[in-house]
Amino acid sequence: MPLEDMQSNLFSDALEDAYRVHISEFEGPLDLLLHLIKKNEVDIYNIPIAAITRQYLEYMDLLKELNLDIAGEFLVMAATLLQIKSRMLLPVTQEEDEAEMEDPRAELVRRLLEYQRYRDASYLLSSRNLLGRDVFARKFDSRELADLVRKEEPADVELFELIEAFQRVLARVSVDTFHDVVADGISIADRIAEVLSLLHAEKTIRFDALLKDGMTRDLLVVTFLSILELCKMKLIKITQAESLGAIWLTSASLPDDEPGDEPGGGTAADDVMNADDDLETEGTVAWETA
Amino acid sequence: MPGKPLRTIIESLIFVHDQPLSLDRLALILEEHERSDIRAALEELVEEYSTGERGIVLVQVAGGYQLRSRPEHADYIRRLTKSKGVKFSQSALETLAIVAYRQPVTRAEVEYLRGVDSGGVMKSLLEKKLLRILGKKDVPGKPLIYGTSREFLELFSLKDLGSLPTLKEIQELVPPDPFADQPELPLDPVEP
Repeated sequence: MPLEDMQSNLFSDALEDAYRVHISEFEGPLDLLLHLIKKNEVDIYNIPIAAITRQYLEYMDLLKELNLDIAGEFLVMAATLLQIKSRMLLPVTQEEDEAEMEDPRAELVRRLLEYQRYRDASYLLSSRNLLGRDVFARKFDSRELADLVRKEEPADVELFELIEAFQRVLARVSVDTFHDVVADGISIADRIAEVLSLLHAEKTIRFDALLKDGMTRDLLVVTFLSILELCKMKLIKITQAESLGAIWLTSASLPDDEPGDEPGGGTAADDVMNADDDLETEGTVAWETA
Repeated sequence: MPGKPLRTIIESLIFVHDQPLSLDRLALILEEHERSDIRAALEELVEEYSTGERGIVLVQVAGGYQLRSRPEHADYIRRLTKSKGVKFSQSALETLAIVAYRQPVTRAEVEYLRGVDSGGVMKSLLEKKLLRILGKKDVPGKPLIYGTSREFLELFSLKDLGSLPTLKEIQELVPPDPFADQPELPLDPVEP
């Protein structure tokens, strides 16, 4: 059927631009070529280039008629096909014959076969038992079960614990009794930038790793203040896996790895729950604080 | 000979865990047991699940063991979860297949094999964590090299990359082309 007829049947002129038709799309020029080869029932090792090229170009015309954008790759392949065709028209000279010139189609055939292999592999993949489509595994929607396996997961830290941890670090640093003249210390803003770049590189940092031994009290205080400031700016998250355990800093902008996490992070109610958990793990009666 | 308790302990652990549980991890948890006993118990469990008339099966996937529903019950489970499940475009599947077989592979290599631009589809596969960046290739331009992820194995029920059918086997046993029965070009004139 001529293309013109198809078009006039489908579109009135007024609708032409408003209409976008979804035709069976080909993944790319290789896919289209394989389709044409299959449709014409020709041998892939002996492709009748003239016939296939004609059909290929017809298809491109059709795309154009339908106002579909033709991806550049289709044009490249069209050019390749035409080039192969013209090379096959040229007489083979004596020299080339002796050099056993490769069939101009060989490169294309190799690519087609390779593409076909991966396309078949992709069918095979999609025919497997897909998780969430054919097979299902337990999901941890229920809080009770999720908690069973999540004991190691971080819980939110109370500000108080953060300060306590800081005090422990400070206690390690002896109060300098001498009056030293020292260079100007680092500003909180600078320290914030440092902490952020560290976090960017390491993703998570232990609280005490930031407050290393041997730092001056000034630097410790500045560091602590910048952590609080970062927290206020919601740029970092501070977590603690178990009570009295290590406190971790994570960049808040990082996407959460845990799909089961509550959206929006810990709410006030969660904090209460976590606090209860902590108390229970220590064997104290939770109700005392409630 | 592993006793029955070990088998049931392992069963409980796999049941509770939300990801495939590896032998290594099991051996760490069950430190009082021999690794070989754990392995034997696992094999027995797998056998038990596959022969028993159960709605769940114990499968080896992504380097671990996981309890999963029987594939033939998928319809019923979809009614329960009301999810349509994952659906992949042909371009996503092709890209995944190429990366799976050719990894480590650059985007340019994928595009050469597919014959089309694949930047968008690779980006979305990265976002879905089915692909991951393995590093940079030591050639001019330092292009990123890609591979498949653990999630890829989990999703496609693959034990490991080695259990992908070889490309040679694929040629011999290709499943029916899911796109073959699509109407070619639904453009026939509508009868008035």
